[in-house]
Amino acid sequence: MYAYDDFDHAFVRERANEFREQVARRLAGELTEDEFKPLRLMNGLYLQLHAYMLRVAIPYGTLSSAQMRRLAVIARRWDRGYGHFTTRQNIQFNWPKLVDTPDILDSLAEVEMHAIQTSGNCIRNVTADPFSGAAADEIEDSRVWAEIIRQWSTLHPEFTFLPRKFKIAVTGAESNRTAVKFHDIGLRMRRNGADEIGFEVIVGGGQGRTPIVGTTIREFLPKQHLLSYLEAVLRTYNLLGRRDNLYKARIKILLAETGVEAFTDAVEAEWERIRGGALTLPEDEIRRIEAHFAPPLLVAASPDQAFAEAKRAQPDFAAWCRSNLFAHRVPGHAIVTISLKPSGGIPGDATAEQMEAVADLADRFSHGEIRVTHEQNLVLADVREADLFTLWQGLVAAELATANIGLISDIIACPGLDYCNLANARAIPVAQRISRHFSDPALVEEIGPITLNISGCINACGHHHAGHIGILGVDKHGEEFYQITLGGAADDDATVGRILGPSVPYDGVVEAVENVIQTYRNIRTGDERFIDTVRRAGINPFKEALYGTR
Amino acid sequence: MAKISHQIMTANRLEDGVVVYLDAQERWVENLSAAAIAETKADAKFLTARAAVAVGERRVVGPYLFPVEPGAARARPLSQREHIRALGPTVGTDFSDSRTGG
Repeated sequence: MYAYDDFDHAFVRERANEFREQVARRLAGELTEDEFKPLRLMNGLYLQLHAYMLRVAIPYGTLSSAQMRRLAVIARRWDRGYGHFTTRQNIQFNWPKLVDTPDILDSLAEVEMHAIQTSGNCIRNVTADPFSGAAADEIEDSRVWAEIIRQWSTLHPEFTFLPRKFKIAVTGAESNRTAVKFHDIGLRMRRNGADEIGFEVIVGGGQGRTPIVGTTIREFLPKQHLLSYLEAVLRTYNLLGRRDNLYKARIKILLAETGVEAFTDAVEAEWERIRGGALTLPEDEIRRIEAHFAPPLLVAASPDQAFAEAKRAQPDFAAWCRSNLFAHRVPGHAIVTISLKPSGGIPGDATAEQMEAVADLADRFSHGEIRVTHEQNLVLADVREADLFTLWQGLVAAELATANIGLISDIIACPGLDYCNLANARAIPVAQRISRHFSDPALVEEIGPITLNISGCINACGHHHAGHIGILGVDKHGEEFYQITLGGAADDDATVGRILGPSVPYDGVVEAVENVIQTYRNIRTGDERFIDTVRRAGINPFKEALYGTR
Repeated sequence: MAKISHQIMTANRLEDGVVVYLDAQERWVENLSAAAIAETKADAKFLTARAAVAVGERRVVGPYLFPVEPGAARARPLSQREHIRALGPTVGTDFSDSRTGG
């Protein structure tokens, strides 16, 4: 993975020192809260319902075991013994004290981490495919390009005060595992007719109160021009994007108001002006960054007999293998997703002890590297088949062996009203109730692949628009109600979910989801997935089943 | 005096962000049941003025009044948000503060 050079080390240390001074000035009364707030937000420090919240960047969701152990230390020493992995592949600590945050940032800097650009109207932490470098269907490792974008965008003077926050995702595989069409810019690696590799550039996707699936404005961008093209898109947005209305300031609104053709023309005109200039990526620089992400040396192996035998002997292990393993590019290996969604648990939460357990298992079985997914799970990307049973036993001991990846209890949920200042309704307890309701592994497996996403407000941090089942918390005269959507998807067939009908009260959500699932089981044909049933049959059968008697 | 709906002054403590309430002795306390309850516009104005002083003294940030229903034992916040702020997350996990130092 990427290792800091002297410049990176100095920059992050200086930034931590600067924030220490800013905190001291705030506590000494030299800065008012109005003056201090933008400074703390630039360092990922929010003030939430109960306490400050520190959002730490995990660039493209990749962590070393040493970094994971440091997160555990921070959780234990300066927080309440746990952390929350987010839908932006970051981690949040919910209880830090303002007076401790300079020490936390120093501690992060020691392991090449920081909280810069995890807030504010800037280019946020770039996300990437959590299976990068390992997936069987990969074209190229997306983290190389995410890192190049990170270096370009960090404290970019022109793009530090954009009209609104700006999110970029990169995927380097055939399968889109980064919700690439729901980002301000989504970059998908692809081959052109000459078998050259470049990027499809997708712009103007996003969720929030105006969910929009991104539009491809360039089918193929040669790799060396990535930064100049991004600069052209960002510059066009920065010049034309609205600053008079918070809710109309994202690039998706600009694209809708100007029209795709006019926007694309403006971008292409700007790009023509700057292409071939200083932002053209030299081949040796690409190679230098690529070297940081060189895959581990893995020896292809035949199917492991002991692995097969363990699956036969241990049904729980076999179930975990069915749901939590994914095809690796090297035979005899697997990509392992570690579920952070135990029955009744808090989606994305991990205790300090669990972080350390994952770090230890990563060292033993996956070359000391861990990935964070936007679905709020963890990944060990390079595990030998022969090690899977021992790894699973380690996960069982750490209470991390839930076999539910991609199934109904693998719920995405934002912090909601239990923590967040913006939320209208709770999300976590709703997820807990649903996952308890669907805790029978056999039933969950029988229901099959499905995504269920919950947001506690229209800002949609829980990606409810993109869930096959989406649940949005709303406030109705001081009471929590929940709007159900169906048919959303974040994959290549990205779709915004459709509202099923009137919202249901807090105590009616589980029953409503159960009703939707029963309807699906009644009308599906053969092995049809939930999303395919919704696409085939539409939402009316579900609507009639849920509201028909009302 | 002009009656208003009952209100309590709350804020977050500057140093650690903890939820606090202004009590009748003008102290910022963590326990909602100890908070002063404004019943008149004059009460609310007084609490607002004291909160502004505390902001200036860098004790709290973001003070505001919120409506409550007075009770025999303790006031009950009318909104779920304030209920959760007063009692902590409803996620069923023990988040007691046992940090090891720092």
